[in-house]
Amino acid sequence: MSDALNTLKSHLEASLADKVESAVIELGELTIEVGSQYLVEVATFLRDDATAGFEQLIDVCGVDYLTYGQSEWDTGGSGFSRGVKREFSFDGSDDTSEKIEFDGKRFAVVTHLLSIKNNHRIRIKSYCDDNEFPIMDSLEDVWNVANWFEREAFDLFGIMFNNHPDLRRILTDYGFIGHPFRKDFPLIGHVDMRYDEEQKRVIYEPVSIENRTLVPRVIREARASKSNSIAGEGDE
Amino acid sequence: MPEIKNFTLNFGPAHPAAHGVLRLILEMDGEVIQRADPHIGLLHRGTEKLAESKPYNQSIGYMDRLDYVSMMCNEHGYVLALEKMLGIEAPVRAQYIRTMFDEITRILNHLLWIGAHGLDVGAMTMFLYAFREREDLMDVYEAVSGARLHATYYRPGGVYRDLPDTMPLHEKSKWYSDADISRLNKNRGGSVLDFIEDFTQRFPKYVDEYETLLTDNRIWKQRLVDIGIVSPERALQLGLTGAMLRGSGIEWDLRKKQPYAMYDKLDFDIPVGTNGDSYDRYLVRMEEMRQSNRIIKQCVDWLRVNPGPVMHEDHKITQPKREDMKGDMESLIHHFKLATEGYCLPEGEAYQAIEHPKGEFGCYIVSDGANKPYRLKVRAPGFAHMSAMDELTKGHMLADVVTIIGTMDIVFGEVDR
Repeated sequence: MSDALNTLKSHLEASLADKVESAVIELGELTIEVGSQYLVEVATFLRDDATAGFEQLIDVCGVDYLTYGQSEWDTGGSGFSRGVKREFSFDGSDDTSEKIEFDGKRFAVVTHLLSIKNNHRIRIKSYCDDNEFPIMDSLEDVWNVANWFEREAFDLFGIMFNNHPDLRRILTDYGFIGHPFRKDFPLIGHVDMRYDEEQKRVIYEPVSIENRTLVPRVIREARASKSNSIAGEGDE
Repeated sequence: MPEIKNFTLNFGPAHPAAHGVLRLILEMDGEVIQRADPHIGLLHRGTEKLAESKPYNQSIGYMDRLDYVSMMCNEHGYVLALEKMLGIEAPVRAQYIRTMFDEITRILNHLLWIGAHGLDVGAMTMFLYAFREREDLMDVYEAVSGARLHATYYRPGGVYRDLPDTMPLHEKSKWYSDADISRLNKNRGGSVLDFIEDFTQRFPKYVDEYETLLTDNRIWKQRLVDIGIVSPERALQLGLTGAMLRGSGIEWDLRKKQPYAMYDKLDFDIPVGTNGDSYDRYLVRMEEMRQSNRIIKQCVDWLRVNPGPVMHEDHKITQPKREDMKGDMESLIHHFKLATEGYCLPEGEAYQAIEHPKGEFGCYIVSDGANKPYRLKVRAPGFAHMSAMDELTKGHMLADVVTIIGTMDIVFGEVDR
């Protein structure tokens, strides 16, 4: 299996040399990174090329890298240090928190493809150039199934898709405000909904519950080695 | 000439044939559908976002609630993705147990599907028959996990516990007489494996019963044949997987082509349709039930003669035994760390797909090295199938919409997530 993937990888590197930024095989999965301007071109090639032959699009999803690699609970080097709470909150629910500083590209669109003919998979990763107004080209023309997956990414992450035939919200409520899967959107949301007896209708109010973290995010540095690492090493 | 124009019909979300909470906006020309616009999301719970706020193991239970008629298969997809990233593998016995329960789940799913599909199209009896068998299988679920539906039985590194030696018995109550009790307990004298084996011997006859009722039934054929035809090329374009793809004649089954668990050691066949219509998909799923039965039988035979551990022994990831915790400091620490913090996954990303009863179910996990997923994306087969709704229903009559929803085997827990 990995031989076939290596062949595919070198084939792609040869034929898409200037468009593919990187191609990596990890955990038996091939990931290529493609600049957003080349996405449709690369996708069409992957579908039509005989060696690639990806007839089917399995999944498209957005990823928000705003808080990537940040833990809520830092400990110093020795095993006995106390946890330190960060001064910002992860979901922006805490008013006193500072705005999370972020440079680099925030939103990525990750596409998974499957070739039934050749029995292999590939993952395409493409970052949106603009963090404020993320745009990506739509793959709907290449694989029709992308339609709904892209609507979902738009709904949940606010990523816009060029040339999408029908870019409406899909999973959230009619009239919903915001993009709930962004990392700065609080888990508890912004509004509560209830039926009001006096007004005889459903009304929205600011949330009445508080956000709380039961288990903090922890990143254990000791496991930088990827090969066969196991959780929790070096913290006893 | 009177002016004739299309009118718009609202189907659902509380329609009994909408399989939950589907709202369909149908643009009709007389009784013929011009356009179907499914509005989904009425059951959206934000599973993926919730998972981001919890240690990995706490999300296993959420997986049950995605496709709530094939619980353990969902868990399997998630757990396999975790195992891939942790670089561990479950013991062989655990993998056989998983394989067996995946197939039990497949039968559970297909039984509910045939029951609901039959009911939608007008075959009342099917629903009652299907639930009779589901009852037995849900008892098996209960025996191993304590829950009839939301099992939370799989764990990264194995399964929660080994198969119990006894099958729980029915007890006398004011609703059951002695005669009822002895009838209900007839097959339950032995272990869980005995009960499952007994089921596998009975089950082919039940499938024959269903087929007698439906396969050559004139009304059933009138409602299903040539409804919702998908050509193989379109099936690929529309992202159809599982029985929807096989019904169109493409021989593709992850259990054979990209085997996981113990499927490469077991003997079974993949049924494939020819016309790609609802009737072919019906036949494919019926045959899948028989094949699942075959697989369960092989697993039972193996599990009988091969005792062994069912959980990985690295207690940085899996819970130590409770009795060890009483005396062993190390085990107590492991338990404390797992309960309060969980385990961290190495930085990276992985996608793991399994052959779910409905199609390809996959979990894509992005980890930044923390004890919670940075991003978890669940690829639900029903979502892609639902998006093909417009193309499948175009040009059909209103009554065929119900058939097409039925043949797609839609469950909103996974479509809306």
